[in-house]
Amino acid sequence: MLLRHTPKEITGREALVINPAKTCQPIGAMVAALGIEGCLPHSHGSQGCCAYHRSTLSRHYKEPVMAATSSFTEGASVFGGQANLLAAIQTIFALYNPEVIAVHTTCLSETIGDDVPQIAEKARQEGKVPPGKHVINASTPSYVGSHVTGFSNMCLGIVKNLAVKTGKRNGKINIIPGFTEPSDMEEIKRICAMMKVPVILFPDTSGVLNGPLTGKYLMFPKAGTPVEELKATGDSRATLALGEWASADAAKYLDSAFKVPPVILDLPIGLSATDRFVDALRKAAGVTVPASVEFERGQLLDVMADMHPYLYGKKVAIAGDPDQVTALAEFFLVLGMLPVHIVTGTPGKRFEERIHKMTGTMGRPVNVKCPGDMFLLHQWIKNEPVDLLVGNTYLKYIARDEDIPLVRHGFPILDRIGHSYFPTVGYKGGLRLIEKILTALMDRQDRDSTETGFELVM
Amino acid sequence: MNTQVLEERQDQFHTVGGSAFEMACNRESLAGAVSQRACVFCGSRVVLYPIADALHLVHGPLGCAAYTWDIRGALSSGPELHRMSFCTDLRENDVVFGGEKKLARALDELIDRHSPKAAFVYSTCIAGLIGDDMDAVCARAESEKGIPVIAVRSEGFKGNKREGYSAACRAMMRLVGTGDTSGVPRVAVNLLGDYNLAGELWIIREYFRRMGVGVVANVTGDGRVEDLRRAHGAALNVVQCSGSTMELAKMMREAHGTPFIRASYLGIEDMAASLYAVADFFKNEDPEIVDRTACLVREKLTALMPRLALYRQDLEGKKAAIYVGGAFKAFSLVKAFRHLGMRVALAGSQTGTREDYEELAAICDPGCVIVDDANPLELSAFLEKEDVDVLVGGVKERPIAYKLGVGFCDHNHERKIPLEGFEGMENFAREIHATVTSPVWRFMPRRAGRTGGMPACLEAGI
Repeated sequence: MLLRHTPKEITGREALVINPAKTCQPIGAMVAALGIEGCLPHSHGSQGCCAYHRSTLSRHYKEPVMAATSSFTEGASVFGGQANLLAAIQTIFALYNPEVIAVHTTCLSETIGDDVPQIAEKARQEGKVPPGKHVINASTPSYVGSHVTGFSNMCLGIVKNLAVKTGKRNGKINIIPGFTEPSDMEEIKRICAMMKVPVILFPDTSGVLNGPLTGKYLMFPKAGTPVEELKATGDSRATLALGEWASADAAKYLDSAFKVPPVILDLPIGLSATDRFVDALRKAAGVTVPASVEFERGQLLDVMADMHPYLYGKKVAIAGDPDQVTALAEFFLVLGMLPVHIVTGTPGKRFEERIHKMTGTMGRPVNVKCPGDMFLLHQWIKNEPVDLLVGNTYLKYIARDEDIPLVRHGFPILDRIGHSYFPTVGYKGGLRLIEKILTALMDRQDRDSTETGFELVM
Repeated sequence: MNTQVLEERQDQFHTVGGSAFEMACNRESLAGAVSQRACVFCGSRVVLYPIADALHLVHGPLGCAAYTWDIRGALSSGPELHRMSFCTDLRENDVVFGGEKKLARALDELIDRHSPKAAFVYSTCIAGLIGDDMDAVCARAESEKGIPVIAVRSEGFKGNKREGYSAACRAMMRLVGTGDTSGVPRVAVNLLGDYNLAGELWIIREYFRRMGVGVVANVTGDGRVEDLRRAHGAALNVVQCSGSTMELAKMMREAHGTPFIRASYLGIEDMAASLYAVADFFKNEDPEIVDRTACLVREKLTALMPRLALYRQDLEGKKAAIYVGGAFKAFSLVKAFRHLGMRVALAGSQTGTREDYEELAAICDPGCVIVDDANPLELSAFLEKEDVDVLVGGVKERPIAYKLGVGFCDHNHERKIPLEGFEGMENFAREIHATVTSPVWRFMPRRAGRTGGMPACLEAGI
């Protein structure tokens, strides 16, 4: 029992997180920056932060993840990191020649009070930023929010630093896909293409963090949202922000600065959320939903009908990021499943309200905690067992100790592949989720059944 | 960028057989470089974390705890408390008003609930910057709870991993010498600098058992607080991975007169030499120990060598690159590759010292490039230029090798099979063989057009 140190009795905790269901802002900022074409993320802090983020992302995506660091020393932490950042900007353009440097802060540089926009301006004035190149920034102190907040802040940094309004509308729809997988971003683009809606999707890590093997190591794969498109987001018809927590701030900024109307949606995971996304896209772009999209919807519906007996009444525990968890919980409810224990590590008041509202018709109480951690989730499960766990790799300890099947979803996934290549958004993604859940549940049923009860046809 | 090396980094490279040895190292990384290096906190955390019955509490924002949650496979034969993640999760308010109270409450609660044998409290950038008096909080908890509560001064910005190792050694030194050494046999050692990845330490301990050598403390793989407390009872410290625990060995020599020897359990010569060195140390105490050791080594080699010969058939003439955390490991790897008939074209580390690199240059073949603190572009440029067959490295290097279509062996904390000892040498050979001769490389662009038959080993059925 790896987690034998987890007692069943739940006592109040305030000074302590045990087995977190989140991590810190900078890694989210790094992921968002990797979705810009030709961008090198830069961590303004100690070397360790950058090394940890790159290692974690390399484990999750199984891809090289590049980022530079200001390599703070004791001197920098006393006298400020301006000299480090100026030197870094010069080194990066000389050595790696990216189109964009996306600087995010850390708890260290935030606490000593480095003014990154001012330092970037100084670098420009001193000619350290070559013509046509960009230095953008986001403030991402690790002691506020979580990796989701960091992703959101870098999305905001992207539009704040790059978006412009020429006054000439480009007829495109901005889509901010949230802290999702490269496969999800690809799938959203595919749906938009089926609907014949021209979009600017940003950030876009598809092709960056799930690229092909070509035999060449490219520091900047030919993928990601181009800077020109990021600039054009100020001229778009509307912005669809997928996931309030990861995407809304950037959409709201585009509204207040450039009058690009925002539509804040849930992540399109599951039938209803995808319906809302498709409908919002239809309205924003003034198109009709093509038969091909309706066909995919019908396929998902078909599988939902076929397989509902195996899903109905199954209790689920979910841990993950608020946008993902909200959408997953809604989908599970639609399938007749019971999401009884729910935690997210990302702090914020609205989450618990939303989950309570959503599960109000479930006919039984739900345990929900925001911010919560995996230790609490495990204690809940000890008090009321579930049939299925859905969340990141860290749930595997609980899965093993309590012998509960686990479907991996979210960030990070350190021990399986697939998430980079197969989406869980859209109707196709809904199908994949159901397939994964059924496989987990039915494998368990096969394993646990008696010889007499063992069924060939299920 | 192309293959050139930034001018300021020229002296962090050296080609064996070229100009006279002159290398700058242990230098701070250039700001803006994509370095593979980590921080002080990381260094302390990796050294102390395998102590399985201690509480490891990170005092800082959550990220530092999240990224170090059970990421090394440092196996424990008993308690698993070290595999949980505990953090004070400092928030904005704490940064303004200080985190001492939070830390005190967290320690209270955790020590009461888990009854650890000791507690290590890791300082982070933020804890250091806001000036929390961790020593005072720890001292109070120590006196109230009656267990050692030790503040590890591991603020990230104070340097790289080396300073973290140093802080970890100072923390462990708080424990050493506080326990009862009665019952410690006269022929007994401490094993320093082994983390029991994939159970490696258990292999080494079995060798020592057969030699008649007791092991008092594992530092720190499968480590226990009580063992550390009585570690000064051992007659000798055997120090592997010189970077991480050499300082503890030196402190113990100073404080308790415990002598130390350097050891490596990787590869054939170094493994055997390490066992013989320990035997030699105890030969007056136990005259038969040398014979027993020779017998053990002979037995192991008799089993190992024929199998290595099989792997060698396929590997002869292939090229390897090595990029590891500490230079000491690189020495053993260079020798191990020689047994496989392979040439090392590149050898580098994140944290080697000038002396390390000089020693490394002395055992490498002419033409081998020695490199300190390489960035990914430099690494990939060398891998491509030398057309190597395999890279030995860690998590950040793996995807680079694979992108180039080059084989890879994780010789860092993500190794999944033991690579130490004579058994480990065979595992290493099998792993290198598997990755070098894998049929997938035939489809890689750099190998396009080349064909290969079935590897001899597969035909031989091993």
